[in-house]
Amino acid sequence: MSLQGQAPARLSTPPPLAEGGPGTALACHNVTVRFVTDRRTVTALENVSFTVEQGGFMSLLGPSGCGKSTLLRVVADLIAPTTGSVSVLGMTPEEARRRRSLGFVFQDAALLPWRTALQNVQLPLEVGGARGLPPGAPTPSELLKLVGLEGWENSFPHELSGGMRQRVSIARALLGGPRLLLMDEPFGALDEITRDRLNEELRRIWAETGTTIMFVTHSVYEAMFLGEQVLVLAANPGRVSELVDIDLPRDRTLRIRETEPFIRIAAHLRDCLGRGA
Amino acid sequence: MTTLTERDAGPGAMAGLDAIAMAEAAFARRKAREAWRRRLLPAAGVLATLALWAGLVYVYKVPPFIAPSPVLVAATLVQKFGLLMTNLAPTAVEAVAGFLLGNVTAILIATAFVHKKVLEEAFFPIVVIVNTIPVVAKAPILVLLLGNGLEPKIAIAALICFFPTLVNMVRGLESVNPQAMELMRVLSASKTEVFFKLRLFNSLPYLFSALKISASTSVIGAIVAEWIGSTTGIGALIIQATYAFDSALLYATVIVGSAFSMLFFLVISMGERLVVRWQAPVGH
Repeated sequence: MSLQGQAPARLSTPPPLAEGGPGTALACHNVTVRFVTDRRTVTALENVSFTVEQGGFMSLLGPSGCGKSTLLRVVADLIAPTTGSVSVLGMTPEEARRRRSLGFVFQDAALLPWRTALQNVQLPLEVGGARGLPPGAPTPSELLKLVGLEGWENSFPHELSGGMRQRVSIARALLGGPRLLLMDEPFGALDEITRDRLNEELRRIWAETGTTIMFVTHSVYEAMFLGEQVLVLAANPGRVSELVDIDLPRDRTLRIRETEPFIRIAAHLRDCLGRGA
Repeated sequence: MTTLTERDAGPGAMAGLDAIAMAEAAFARRKAREAWRRRLLPAAGVLATLALWAGLVYVYKVPPFIAPSPVLVAATLVQKFGLLMTNLAPTAVEAVAGFLLGNVTAILIATAFVHKKVLEEAFFPIVVIVNTIPVVAKAPILVLLLGNGLEPKIAIAALICFFPTLVNMVRGLESVNPQAMELMRVLSASKTEVFFKLRLFNSLPYLFSALKISASTSVIGAIVAEWIGSTTGIGALIIQATYAFDSALLYATVIVGSAFSMLFFLVISMGERLVVRWQAPVGH
């Protein structure tokens, strides 16, 4: 109730940018999102605050309906927060979007079926007043090589497997060297073997590009294998349950999942999820 | 390593290779048989129907003005080939012109509908109402409005093409993957870019489904239009042959009309295969 009372005051004066030093890639401050539907008003996110350091890797973990995808869309300027402020690299989400500082990887790859793999990666250069690649940035074919798709440049999406399609979509999101990469359950629809391999490769790509990554998942293992930090969300309404630092070596292989520290953190994350339910 | 080479060179490996080669050969044979079957069976069906038709006409001694035998129809097709082609020409022109006019209009209106929802809400009911009027009722109205030349026939062929294309095109332009729409937004794409990079391509498979329907219906539209006050064309020839009890000519005319329809359909199908190359092959 007190939150609703505050809302008009926030509207009359422009919301202050969420604080964040020069090393902050993303800062969310008291972000609340409400959707008005025919029957009722749904609070998707309530008072979510957190920051991600530049070059960081944060996993967003939570049950379905906890608003993790909504949070990612607020950062990407696809949804406007009802109240609260978001600062992306010191800019508003809209500025960050217009400057192409963001890359987004969708759950179903969202490739255009009439374009080859290479043409799909090139799409960002053809729309939105793109000014060409910044000097020194990897070209579309170099990015396809980075994601392990050398030789598949001229294949159409229907000729590629689900995992390969998602690799193309990662290459597309990396074009132009975005400083923040947002990933919305990108491997959720893949089989476990493919998913494991892509998890390892994503850690490698993260290390090679130095991009800050925010990764949404509902898998405890994926969240902690990938992330340096895991933000656990609880549902109804979506809110922060706990921020867990993943104290594992930077150089990880899948084998780490059988080690004692990994199992201990996994148990802790499960407890967090249990409390939120 | 040693075990592998041993096994490769051993008699067991040879037998294995033979078995694979035999299985492959059997598969190829089965494929070839299937391909022949797909070609031969329809031909056999047509021949059997023709034979049954000829047999019935012969056995029951059906007079030629009621129903001609297929032999007589074939003879008429050859003898009156010139007459049939002279009458096909205007019908073909009307059908193709109507096809182009109706479809281009439908594509433009669908584009307008998608950009301005208000237009769709205001005018779509009118489109539906016009579509419910049967062709035979539209034809006299248009003849009164446009006279006795090619114009009313083209108009009717166009009207008949218009509706399926409009409905399919609107659906194709609108049914874009929502995540692809979000991608365009993340890339700050303009409305025009979304249209030309996303919506237009998305609509092509839908458009071609509609074009294949229109290819044959535009010919029907032209023929029906010719029934009302026309002296040339497939439609006019059908009426003349019926009143002259020249049933062999009537059947021959109908065959020429549907042959043209089929040709038109095939041309559009080939166009589809050239343009829409990105879809996974679907088994028929």
